Amino acid sequence: MDFFMQLLIGGLSVGFVYGLSAMGFVMIFKSSSVLNFAHGELLALGGYFFLIFITIVKLPVILAFIFTLLACFITGILIERVFLRSLIGEKLIFVIMLTVGLAAMFKGLLLLIFGGNLYTYPDFLPAAMGIQLGVVQVPPVYVATFGIGIFFLVLFGLFFKFSSQGIYMRSVADNQRASLSLGVNVRRVFALSWAIAALVAGMSGVVLGIINGVNVHDLSALGLKVFPVIILGGLDSIGGAIVGGLIIGILETFTGGYISPSLRDVIPYIILVFILLVKPYGLFGLKEIERV
Amino acid sequence: MKAFRGQPSIYKNKEKARRPADIQIKGLSLSFGGVRALTNVDLEVKSGELFSVIGPNGAGKTSLMNCITGFYHPEAGKIIFNGNEIQNLHPHELVKIGIGRTFQNIELFPGMTVISNLFLARHIHYSYGFLPACFFSRSVKEEEIAHRRILEEIIDFLEIQSVRNKPVGSLPYGMMKRIELGRALALEPDLLVLDEPFAGMNLEEKEDMVRFLLELNRAWGQTMILVEHDMAIVMSISRRIAVLNFGEKLTEGAPGEVVKHPEVIKAYLGDDNNL
Repeated sequence: MDFFMQLLIGGLSVGFVYGLSAMGFVMIFKSSSVLNFAHGELLALGGYFFLIFITIVKLPVILAFIFTLLACFITGILIERVFLRSLIGEKLIFVIMLTVGLAAMFKGLLLLIFGGNLYTYPDFLPAAMGIQLGVVQVPPVYVATFGIGIFFLVLFGLFFKFSSQGIYMRSVADNQRASLSLGVNVRRVFALSWAIAALVAGMSGVVLGIINGVNVHDLSALGLKVFPVIILGGLDSIGGAIVGGLIIGILETFTGGYISPSLRDVIPYIILVFILLVKPYGLFGLKEIERV
Repeated sequence: MKAFRGQPSIYKNKEKARRPADIQIKGLSLSFGGVRALTNVDLEVKSGELFSVIGPNGAGKTSLMNCITGFYHPEAGKIIFNGNEIQNLHPHELVKIGIGRTFQNIELFPGMTVISNLFLARHIHYSYGFLPACFFSRSVKEEEIAHRRILEEIIDFLEIQSVRNKPVGSLPYGMMKRIELGRALALEPDLLVLDEPFAGMNLEEKEDMVRFLLELNRAWGQTMILVEHDMAIVMSISRRIAVLNFGEKLTEGAPGEVVKHPEVIKAYLGDDNNL
């Protein structure tokens, strides 16, 4: 039972991170139908920004975290402004290929600057943050992950429900031409969706970096995990991304704990294949029904 | 249910003269690759007019509307709205200076209810911020009620009370057209651009739509430009008409003059010299 609880808590908190990172991916997909293959690299960028701010600039943790988020946000806007804006109106496949190129570019840059070594952040989380649940010890990292995850989830939930920009983002995702005719600045919505996606990806990168250490290859491979997550949750559902993330996270840790650690990284993709066979729209995906 | 009487408050205290919507189009040209969609088109629409643009298929009518509403940017020429050049503005900027539109193929949010669709159009008039909205403060509540009141007037005017809370996607086509008109009205545009408002409607739906458009125009002075195929309707409701063919303006004038114009007859019925 202890082992089960330990795995469950680990799975849930890793799942939260996956869910958040997938949420960024879904946001871009929803607003502009672009599959962002550079998502893993955005994750890695976040991890390295934090590394720079905390070990080289030596900022306090909170400041370093805020600066990381800021840097990711700006990176997202720059990506949209510099690379994607000129492709507005072109075929989607060009934009998707561009994100593949961006992935290679960012990965190359990070490898050039930092090399392929594994870096770790200094141990900054106070041990007091850990929680003792009966016999189960929840490490501080997981507690922090839960905290950050829930905070951002609530924040984005409110943003999409109550802010004009958030509502505009949803409207563009639904019908771009109609939104244009209602005074929505669609370019700003695209820029904002990339910025927010980069921000949540970067945040996930930091959290995963705390758990596993920072390494270009590892983090960008983790970015690929958004695919099983979003396919499970439904490509265009933000809530689905979170639920999908939790399910994949739990499945992973349980497989690793009960069956074999080496099956751990494969299981999400096995699930992905089965879901595509049985429920191609995912658990919460929108099934388009057209009146003819 | 209370029947609608009088004019909606968005039109109150806004006499024709106070809602200017003069638009001048000078030498407008637009092409897609080798296809010349518009060639040197001149038009002038005055405040309070109901102006129609007609022409055979592919004449450039919708392209012209898309230029006016900022969806296309012309290669040459000027569009002057109330004294300002607007040909390079983006659609969202044009909405804010008072140009609203509907589409030939309905562009609504099909999964949302009618009232939510209408509310979305009110966003350009919202003034409250994110934080008060999260807490639903009193000022937010008051503002929401004011917007809702305007929407209810539009709902009464368009006689769509019964579908207020229905998802738009489940409604019949003619009703969706009406909702789209309602959403454009909720923007409170000074100039309303309607792209084929009668397309795909049955006779009864067309009659209703004619009634709404005439009342909007005659009673409340709403300036409108509409593109339409149904000649009978266009002839009976428009004050002035422009005829386009192959991207060029053939003629412009009152309905009675336009139908007698030899070029127009040629464009619509063909040229008997070629027979």
